Amino acid sequence: MSQLWIITRVTFQEAARRKILWTALLAAAAFLALFGTGMHYQVKDLLASRNIPPVLRYQILLTILQVGLYAIDMLAVVMTVLTSVDTISGEIASATIHAMATKPIARWHLLLGKWFGFAAMIAAYIALTFGGVIAVGYFIGGIVPHGALHGALLVYLECLVLLTTTFFFGTWFSTLTNGVIVLGLHGLAFIGGWLEQIGSVTKSPRLVLVGILSSVIMPSEAIWRRASYVMQSAIGRSLDFSPFATRSAPSVTMVGYAAAYLLVVLALALYRFQRRDL
Amino acid sequence: MPIAGSLAIETNTLRKTFGNKVAVRGLSLQVRRGEIFGFLGPNGAGKSTSIKMLLGLVQPSSGDARILDCPYSSVEVRRRVGFLPEDFRFYDWLTASELLDLHGRLSGLTADQLKVRVPAYLELVGLSAQCDLRLRGFSKGMLQRIGLAQALIHEPELIFLDEPTSGLDPMGRHLVRDIIRQQRARGATVFLNSHLLSEVEITCDTVVFIKQGEVIATRDLHSSPEGEIHVAIRVGPIASEAVAGLSQWTSNVQLADNRITLSTSSMDVLPEILRHLVAARVDVYEFTPQHLSLEDSFLKIMGEDSGS
Repeated sequence: MSQLWIITRVTFQEAARRKILWTALLAAAAFLALFGTGMHYQVKDLLASRNIPPVLRYQILLTILQVGLYAIDMLAVVMTVLTSVDTISGEIASATIHAMATKPIARWHLLLGKWFGFAAMIAAYIALTFGGVIAVGYFIGGIVPHGALHGALLVYLECLVLLTTTFFFGTWFSTLTNGVIVLGLHGLAFIGGWLEQIGSVTKSPRLVLVGILSSVIMPSEAIWRRASYVMQSAIGRSLDFSPFATRSAPSVTMVGYAAAYLLVVLALALYRFQRRDL
Repeated sequence: MPIAGSLAIETNTLRKTFGNKVAVRGLSLQVRRGEIFGFLGPNGAGKSTSIKMLLGLVQPSSGDARILDCPYSSVEVRRRVGFLPEDFRFYDWLTASELLDLHGRLSGLTADQLKVRVPAYLELVGLSAQCDLRLRGFSKGMLQRIGLAQALIHEPELIFLDEPTSGLDPMGRHLVRDIIRQQRARGATVFLNSHLLSEVEITCDTVVFIKQGEVIATRDLHSSPEGEIHVAIRVGPIASEAVAGLSQWTSNVQLADNRITLSTSSMDVLPEILRHLVAARVDVYEFTPQHLSLEDSFLKIMGEDSGS
């Protein structure tokens, strides 16, 4: 088992040196600066308008905060896929993996160690960026969203689902193909999520079904919508249609499904990696 | 037949196909413990695939192999095996010391052992001065050297070296040759895949020639190589009967300008040939047996095989 942690540590270090991670962190920092400035002026304007009731003021700030969290979610998703997309296929193609795979370590330990390394890196990224938005909301806007930790954990789950899917396809395909497949699947889930919401508003059960099916194929976007839902206020939840509308918010069952999806895809990736030629 | 436990590697019709393409047709070979074993063949002969199968990187389609008396696929046996891949590459942000430390720990070495061995093996491969240099600053030859060190740091019983001297200058090749001999001296078995036949010839004890994943010839480089001796003889006037009499040892006798050239299958017949000439009252001025170089053998064997 100690070998697994050696792989985890070196993978974390390797992932932490990727330019894409630092680019994503810089993008997040730039976004936080912009977001903080926007929040600052919005608060100033809201305080200047005496006729806005506190409940509405709170809701406006909370919606702005949701915009910030949504941006961070997208950055985390892109960073997750782009940093991990060549960790299996790229190391096989460059034969870098040969020196490790011929050591006294089970293949599944090697893959799981790498998975833990990336999972740790993603956790650190989400803690920093998600925490940054929450801090801006608290220190500048004076608000904290409902269920912030719950929401952060769901975003983490979303990224882990994508990480695991990237690992799985990395055991089959080249880096480029893998990236196209995973981002394509996430795009499918994204469009499906919108279709589900439109179907919910227009009362079209078939459209809702198409949306649900897309979430079954790739539950990543559904998990974000669940995260958005748990961080919304009661008023926000009653909105019919917006990027953060929760009229058709995925249920807890979908969260359970995503967790099971992650475990099954991870098991398939381990099985495939155990058997494939390197 | 080697006794049980005396073999480092034993394969039995190991076969690998990729779809319809046969990469290794049926590799059967035996490598004795403690020897330096050369694995030779032209490009596409299945050498790399064979090595990958023995290391568990590629799953054979059929056949079996045992490494150090354990199943080839055993994870535990890899603690006793070292491997230098061809064109060694690793995370280029690691320093040479960090790389050895990592691979040593993956091989099961303790922190105390690493404290001694990391500097020792850096010195062995001539990289002590570069211990804190990141791999991204290494030349190809330096990468080969640090790759060799990671293959040896846990002092394995069996070492696979895939083109260990590629990218090395003559000094580097000399160093690698010395290291290989040191490994044999401590009792390790070395399985060497190299295209540099001159290196193989002066390093290896035994070589096999493979083609399309099958052993087509084996040579023990320390004993009389069968069918490989050319003899050049400078003589005085010689009767045609005396020349014809040489055919009892060889069918390939040529006489030109008082020089006889022939090839024979065994060193043992050379005294008999000389006695025959003396008995026939031929003046012998030079009698020079010449071994076929490994390169000549390689070309001959591969040429013969393709003609068959």
